[in-house]
Amino acid sequence: MILLDRVTKNYQGTTSPALSRISLHVEPKEFVIVVGQSGAGKTTLLRLLTREERPSSGKIIVGGVDYDKLKDKDIPLLRRKIGTVFQDFKLLPNKNVFENVAYALEIVGISNREIKHTVPKVLSIVNLKGKEKNMPLELSGGERQRVAIARAIVRQPRILIADEPTGNLDPKHAWDVIKVLEKINRYGTTVLLTTHNQEIVNKLKRRVVTIQGGKLVSDRANADYKI
Amino acid sequence: MKQHRLITLWRITHTGIVNFIRNISLAIAAMAVMVVTLTIVLFSLITNATFNNTIDQITSKIDVSVFLKDSDTKAQTDQLLAQLKKLPNVKSVSYLSKDQALKQYEKQNAGNEQLLTAINETSNPLPATILVKPVDLNKIQDIKDFLSKPDVAALQSDQPSYSGDRKEAIDKITHATNVLRKIGIIAIVGFTIICALIIFNTIQMAIFNRRDEIQIQRLLGASTNYIRGPFIVESVIYGILSAVISVLIINAAFLASSNALQASSLGLLDINYASSYFGSHFFELLAIQLVLGIVIGAVSSTIATRRYLKFKTK
Repeated sequence: MILLDRVTKNYQGTTSPALSRISLHVEPKEFVIVVGQSGAGKTTLLRLLTREERPSSGKIIVGGVDYDKLKDKDIPLLRRKIGTVFQDFKLLPNKNVFENVAYALEIVGISNREIKHTVPKVLSIVNLKGKEKNMPLELSGGERQRVAIARAIVRQPRILIADEPTGNLDPKHAWDVIKVLEKINRYGTTVLLTTHNQEIVNKLKRRVVTIQGGKLVSDRANADYKI
Repeated sequence: MKQHRLITLWRITHTGIVNFIRNISLAIAAMAVMVVTLTIVLFSLITNATFNNTIDQITSKIDVSVFLKDSDTKAQTDQLLAQLKKLPNVKSVSYLSKDQALKQYEKQNAGNEQLLTAINETSNPLPATILVKPVDLNKIQDIKDFLSKPDVAALQSDQPSYSGDRKEAIDKITHATNVLRKIGIIAIVGFTIICALIIFNTIQMAIFNRRDEIQIQRLLGASTNYIRGPFIVESVIYGILSAVISVLIINAAFLASSNALQASSLGLLDINYASSYFGSHFFELLAIQLVLGIVIGAVSSTIATRRYLKFKTK
């Protein structure tokens, strides 16, 4: 489902690469946790997958799409297949909760009737019923993160990428978020999660990939947090 | 597929309108600038038309007088009239008989009793006259050339009045009006370009404030047109409202000047004419303003969104 082959990313003006010869293969329906300290290269890895960045060298294939052959005009189509949860939420400030989630469906041309049917269901999955009309600024950090998750999963993507989705949350809300991720993974979505949170990693007992200084240093199944 | 496109078009329009309302403070700031600049363009359009009218009035009073000999026969006079009418640069030709010329002279000098008595004591000394109005003052030389042909000159008792001192005066007026007309056109073009640049800058600032929004939409997989569309709709709304407001402002200004000032002219500017020109060309002027507002708005927002819509190439 996700294949990285000796991927290196150099940013201009830096001496050491942000990512160095990373190779990773993720099977469909897998749940993979990427751990590493701040600045290790986790976010760069995810930005390469969403094609926000291009690798300096190496090959990336996601959901059968070879990024080398991906044209600019097809990037939106790729991103529609991947659900993404950002560390800083990235909600649209001028849209309320309902509209933010509905936006993900609007851009692919889903009918209004279907949107009215689907969005409330997803909002109830993330426990945001009754907040439909609220604007992002009126929500707590945890609520905003759940809106972002609802938006990422509403299209039922085959791949979900979540960048520190629990980073700004208290433990209770962090667990709510993780439970949602586990739930959609059970429904068949491949999940790639980056986190700092040791407790979550240890409880989940999933495949853990560790990145240090831009290098992949370990890749273990059913593993604990270890750096 | 067609239905899909319709839904998309509707959503783009709807989102544009909703965004306009939700970003109303930004919209007001942008529109204030647009209203001011569009009003200046509208004002320069009306001023230019008014000056042109004043120029036309001055130049329409200029004609060439051809003084005939008393000995000319009616046949000769009629032939000359017909020949003059055929000249390409002649707008109209009118004939004043000796009696008519005298009456006009008396009328022009109504206050001067001495002169009138003197002239009435002699037999009418004034020649019959043909008044020739040119189409284009710049080409008045054509008429003069015709009049100085030997067979035509033989019919005349004196040099035509387009010569000597009057020639210089006419040339000066012609030159001045040509310069004024050019200045008018340059002013309109100049103001329109400045207006376009200022509006572009304003819309660019408004979109700069919302660049995150564009980038988020990009990350969610929205197509270029789906992101850009609502911004264009928003800018077009700015353009329409600003155009209408600028026309209303000028309208209010004319009402105020005719009611309060009761002034008919402001220096060279004939306010009465300007006001009636605005009234009779209201819809044309409104249309020009709307087209300007809409086109500048749409083009500006298209260019301003482009840089935030680009994908990284490195």
